[in-house]
Amino acid sequence: MSMVEFRNVTKRFGESTVLDGISLNIDAGEVVVVVGPSGSGKSTFLRCINVLETIEGGDLLVDGQSVKGPPAQVRAIRREAGMVFQQFNLFPQMTALENVMFGPVHTRGASRQEARAQAQALLGKVGLAERMRHYPSELSGGQQQRVAIARALAIKPKLMLFDEPTSALDPELRHEVLKVMRDLAEEGMTMVVVTHEMEFARKVGSRLIFIDAGKVAHDGPPTELLSNPPSQRLRDFLQHVA
Amino acid sequence: MQFDWSVIWASVPNLLDGTMMTVKITFWGLAGGFVLGALAGVARAYGPRLLSGIAQVYIAVIRGTPIVVQVMFIYFALPLMMPGLRVDALWAAIATLIINSGAYIAEIVRGSLLSVHKGLKEAGQAMGLPFHKILVHIIGPVAFRRMIPPLGNQCIISLKDSSLFIVIGVAELTRQGQEIMASNFRAVEIWSAVAIIYLILTGALALALRLVEKRMRIL
Repeated sequence: MSMVEFRNVTKRFGESTVLDGISLNIDAGEVVVVVGPSGSGKSTFLRCINVLETIEGGDLLVDGQSVKGPPAQVRAIRREAGMVFQQFNLFPQMTALENVMFGPVHTRGASRQEARAQAQALLGKVGLAERMRHYPSELSGGQQQRVAIARALAIKPKLMLFDEPTSALDPELRHEVLKVMRDLAEEGMTMVVVTHEMEFARKVGSRLIFIDAGKVAHDGPPTELLSNPPSQRLRDFLQHVA
Repeated sequence: MQFDWSVIWASVPNLLDGTMMTVKITFWGLAGGFVLGALAGVARAYGPRLLSGIAQVYIAVIRGTPIVVQVMFIYFALPLMMPGLRVDALWAAIATLIINSGAYIAEIVRGSLLSVHKGLKEAGQAMGLPFHKILVHIIGPVAFRRMIPPLGNQCIISLKDSSLFIVIGVAELTRQGQEIMASNFRAVEIWSAVAIIYLILTGALALALRLVEKRMRIL
């Protein structure tokens, strides 16, 4: 069974159609890199998967459950899909450790001791064992984003969604976040990553999706698509991000 | 004229009674106002249309009428409209302050809730939390810190507004001052003493708020 199944998905914002009849499957273990010009619908594509956006047409199944189900089903889908945001969105009133503990305690009913042990392990894994008592405002952007990744992993998702995770970071801070993402991919995590990091797409991605004007324009192996772009649109796009 | 300190010493017991009454009215009025204001503010920010509409009408009516009219209405008009209802002056004063401060606090609560970056709400949603948990554990604590300065302002305003309850004869500080003055005509001494007591009360409030603010960083 596919982890994510888009079945002729349509999404509109008022008059404008942002996703126009998208159909595709994402299997467990795939690292899907989604690229496209700004306004192409790539962030919306991602946000539909964990129902931060609702869809107007077609159906979208995550781990076999439809995003059009009742609220409890939507929450179940969200627990299976960890999300990492461009702006980190850490809870500012909590330390790094508390941020990571929060999900397991409040969504999975974990005990505080259990959640703490897990959070410490996850923060260690993203290289922040030394900084877990710090508040988000005391951390650099790269550190905040790594805490955010640990926070998303803490709810033990089957799938991780990344919405331009490095776009708000200074160039020298990007690699520390990309390294964590790469480790995650190597462990076999299913990932959908909206990004402009072509290097990451080439080296870590198992599949590249180019979205243009709400449609999937290309879908294939990253190395192939990037070294030999099949359309002028993709060639132009790659020239602009490179 | 001569400032006669003995007049003040003689009035201290009565002024203290009035002070206690002012503190009592303000305390319960604000305690109730916080609850009412929090409910109305949340209803305005996130409630379904009907609840939000009710809250909006409540806020518009209270903000649009003077507090003196409100207390007169509750004390004099309400018993006529609802035969059998007996309204005691103290209860009328407290009820008025609850309803009055609640309307202003509702707007403070609404504004603070809506000022919280929507990414925090999305981060909570993305974890699969139901909305009430997002409100209580994520948005609420961030918004509460932002409410502290305007809430402090409202506490001081409500404390001073309680002096207007002189119109229904409740024996708060201003009323006590008025009565003492009516018997000895020492306006300078009595109103100076009353003013200083108000200053001490509002000063203590301001200090308490500053301490709270120091302990809770505004985020």
